[in-house]
Amino acid sequence: MADLLDLTVAEAAAKIAAGEISADEYGSAWRAAAATDDLNAYLWRAEHSESLEPDWNGDGESAPAGEGDATPYGSNAPAPAESGPLAGVPIAIKDIFTTQGIPTTAGSRILEGYRPPYTATAVRKLTAAGAHVLGKTNMDEFAMGSSNENSAYGPVLNPWDRGRVPGGSSGGSAAAVAGGLAPAALGTDTGGSIRQPAALCGIVGLKPTYGAISRFGMIAFASSLDQCGPFTRDVTDAALLLGVLQGKDPLDSTSVGIEGGIELPSREDLSGLKFGVPRELGESTLDAGVRTVFEATVAKIEELGGQIVEIGLPHAEHGISAYYVIAPAEASSNLARFDGVRYGLREAGDEDLIEMYERTRSEGFGAEVKRRIMLGTYALSSGYYDAYYGQAQKVRTRIAQDFDTAFADVDFVITPTSPSVAFELGAKTDDPLAMYMNDFFTVPMSLAGIPAISIPGGFAAAEGASKLPVGFQIAAPAFGEQKLLEAAHALENVLGVSRA
Amino acid sequence: MPWRTCWGCPVPELEAVIGLEIHVQLATKTKMFCGCEPSFGDEPNTHTCPICLAHPGVLPVPNEEAIRYALKIGMALGCEIAPRSIFHRKNYFYPDNPKAYQISQYDIPICGEGKLGDIRITRAHLEEDAAKTIHVGESGRIAASTASLVDFNRGGTPLVEIVTEPDLRGAAEAAEWARLLRETVRQLGVSDVNMEEGSLRIDANVSVRPEGSTELGVKTELKNMNSFRFVQRGIEAELERQRELIGAGGTVEQETLHFDPVSGALTSLRSKEEAHDYRYFPEPDLVAIVPTEAMLQEARDSLPELPAERTARYESELGLDEAQARLLAGDPEQATYFEAVVAAVGESAEPRVVANWVTGDLTAALRASEDAERPEAKPLADLIGAVASKQVSHAGGKQVLAILVADGDADVAEIIEREGLAQMGGDDGELASIVAAAIESDPAAAEQIRSGNGKAIGAIVGTVMRKTKGRADGGEVNRLIREQLGL
Repeated sequence: MADLLDLTVAEAAAKIAAGEISADEYGSAWRAAAATDDLNAYLWRAEHSESLEPDWNGDGESAPAGEGDATPYGSNAPAPAESGPLAGVPIAIKDIFTTQGIPTTAGSRILEGYRPPYTATAVRKLTAAGAHVLGKTNMDEFAMGSSNENSAYGPVLNPWDRGRVPGGSSGGSAAAVAGGLAPAALGTDTGGSIRQPAALCGIVGLKPTYGAISRFGMIAFASSLDQCGPFTRDVTDAALLLGVLQGKDPLDSTSVGIEGGIELPSREDLSGLKFGVPRELGESTLDAGVRTVFEATVAKIEELGGQIVEIGLPHAEHGISAYYVIAPAEASSNLARFDGVRYGLREAGDEDLIEMYERTRSEGFGAEVKRRIMLGTYALSSGYYDAYYGQAQKVRTRIAQDFDTAFADVDFVITPTSPSVAFELGAKTDDPLAMYMNDFFTVPMSLAGIPAISIPGGFAAAEGASKLPVGFQIAAPAFGEQKLLEAAHALENVLGVSRA
Repeated sequence: MPWRTCWGCPVPELEAVIGLEIHVQLATKTKMFCGCEPSFGDEPNTHTCPICLAHPGVLPVPNEEAIRYALKIGMALGCEIAPRSIFHRKNYFYPDNPKAYQISQYDIPICGEGKLGDIRITRAHLEEDAAKTIHVGESGRIAASTASLVDFNRGGTPLVEIVTEPDLRGAAEAAEWARLLRETVRQLGVSDVNMEEGSLRIDANVSVRPEGSTELGVKTELKNMNSFRFVQRGIEAELERQRELIGAGGTVEQETLHFDPVSGALTSLRSKEEAHDYRYFPEPDLVAIVPTEAMLQEARDSLPELPAERTARYESELGLDEAQARLLAGDPEQATYFEAVVAAVGESAEPRVVANWVTGDLTAALRASEDAERPEAKPLADLIGAVASKQVSHAGGKQVLAILVADGDADVAEIIEREGLAQMGGDDGELASIVAAAIESDPAAAEQIRSGNGKAIGAIVGTVMRKTKGRADGGEVNRLIREQLGL
């Protein structure tokens, strides 16, 4: 058993394809592992016996058999293909992806009991490649958060130290992979929601170029920033999953896919490649341990033949400010559909429609979601639009130009993924601004729409914890995923892979 | 009131200033952003999917056919077509708006400035229709209802919203122009433009100002008047209200009004203070619309000759008066027929005469019987020629026409011969003797005519026409009567 769970996805898929191990055996080993979840990583697991029939009218009852086939968006969701690059591989799915007939909450009370009538494109691509859904993972409500403490279903615990957060918003997916509860997981990243929890949990997290993977069926937080990506144990698995997930989707006008697809990386050295280190990093607030790991990793890059170059990202420091205008603005509009009329929670009003809206949304949304809805509504209001939303878009353009300028000289930009290691549960819940600073190094890439990966760089000590993972972030130009994965693969070989 | 500085002075006339906002539902096969078929009158909520019900996670994909239709409308209205236009989100909460935002266009619409007739078009843009709410209860309005139901069948149907400059100067003019717009869009084949079914919806922005002023007064918006007659009556009522209000020293408040055609009453839907802040921002789920040269060319090539152009051509080239030209141009099928008859008639009659036959006598003859069928262009042209050359009187011609539409008989000369309808000449004495007999049979009328009552001649003409079964030329009969009475 144990050695089955030690295999990477690429290894397991190859053995299943070769008949060396049985898909059933492999799948049930993972279902059994997932069943031991004591991290609160899962909100729903495949072993649950409940019906997979879609809940058409949101009343918690399944529709009559056969109706599931009527939708053009797929019959009952997870019917994995018999063959394919992921045949027999179970994958954990962040609960932000719709799965037909399977509860999908986005970590919110407002969607408690909601079972979607259709399945997200990303999940369908995985099942079409032979994967099956192992479970739906916990997350910050509507992907808003950096610690997973904003979930309506309780926080997720970090497998390295259960008194600490796993990061967020895809905390459940990161903890599941790091904690040996899933071989790989799907997450989403809007300002760092894949990379930061990957860093805090010591695994690989990839945020692809905006448009590389379809967003159809990914419950929207900030539409111009949201992007789907994999959590894996190593870079090869990240490449394997990206290869399956990427592609233009007729159901997502903003999707383009990656030309030429993705191959598994094989590069062993970094010679001839230039890595840009932002000079602004020197002034940044960084944990000492994180800085030490970053510097050691930079030294490893040079040992592998890579060249380190200082670059400037002069506008990156305004990234957080711009991000916390743009993302809430889009969220205020995206989350307006949760009004109690058609699905999900409805708290009836005694008086009128407005009261029903107010009570439903007051009861259904958590504090951080309400905060961002109000921020975003304000930023888009008549008379304030130019000063906030308009100005933030200008900053966004400047940041993208900074990266363009940098990539004229270097192949990659490198930074720590997160300014700190995993912090203790409750440490930042009373200080939203301190929480937002977790995204300092990840937000600029999101604003620029470029791909970035977090790989485990090493460990640092923190008060009360001797060994917590530190992430190392590598960013590449738009659609430069193949090159990014090759470099990350070479570096990973010398840094080593570890598990909690 | 700044314009009225002297209470003893004569009150200046208040000029009407009206602009229209017209919503045209496009007759595309699918909705604007999903694959559902739009419908009217079907079982509620049978044309829906996760996308048009705004389930979590869904995304819109624009309907290419709707974009092509919008380009056609824009070109027909002489609009500048934007090389790149974008969608915006218009945010507001209401159950008929499942996403709580409508995808519309804001500062960069697909069609910019244009003109139809004398009225300037500000813009025409693409958007999606709302669902339909039904308020359960006696009133049918939300106020006293016990429950509200939503039918999402209509939700997401493609719309083009056309906005005019405030160039219209009266209620009748506004309704007339709206008819021209309806006809123009109808001839493009992109919409049913049926006001009762809501595939054409007209809102009016109404204000008044002192004659000669160039400034705009405070406007009110009249919503959803579902016939041209109601458009005219609604605007008339609102103009009257504004004029009375100002005349009494009051001021017009900016508000949205609902016109009740039954009672003629105008009720306020919302005041300026209650106006929504729609928090428009660019729709991040969609990319810009950039029409290719091929799409533009295709739209251009598909434009028929539109009513305004055809009206102008009939006036200038064929010498028709405006009313007649517009009547024909409003019905392209009839206009095509008219042109065929004009060609067949050649030099033997004026196009104006042909227009009278086509729009007058022929239309009446076709209406007279269900089985009536319009004759080919050639026999009608023969008939018009025969009347013009006085082979048959106009009254006789109408009898020939009745036979043409009833029997499908196409030989006009043969019909005239067979039915004995050849016009009676004035020189063989036969008509003169019938006239003499008619005068003799009605001495009272004859006396009145002699004593100067011209109208009395009708009685004698009528007698002659009956006797001749319409074969006599009315003008000739008149002349003979007056001659025989020594006038």
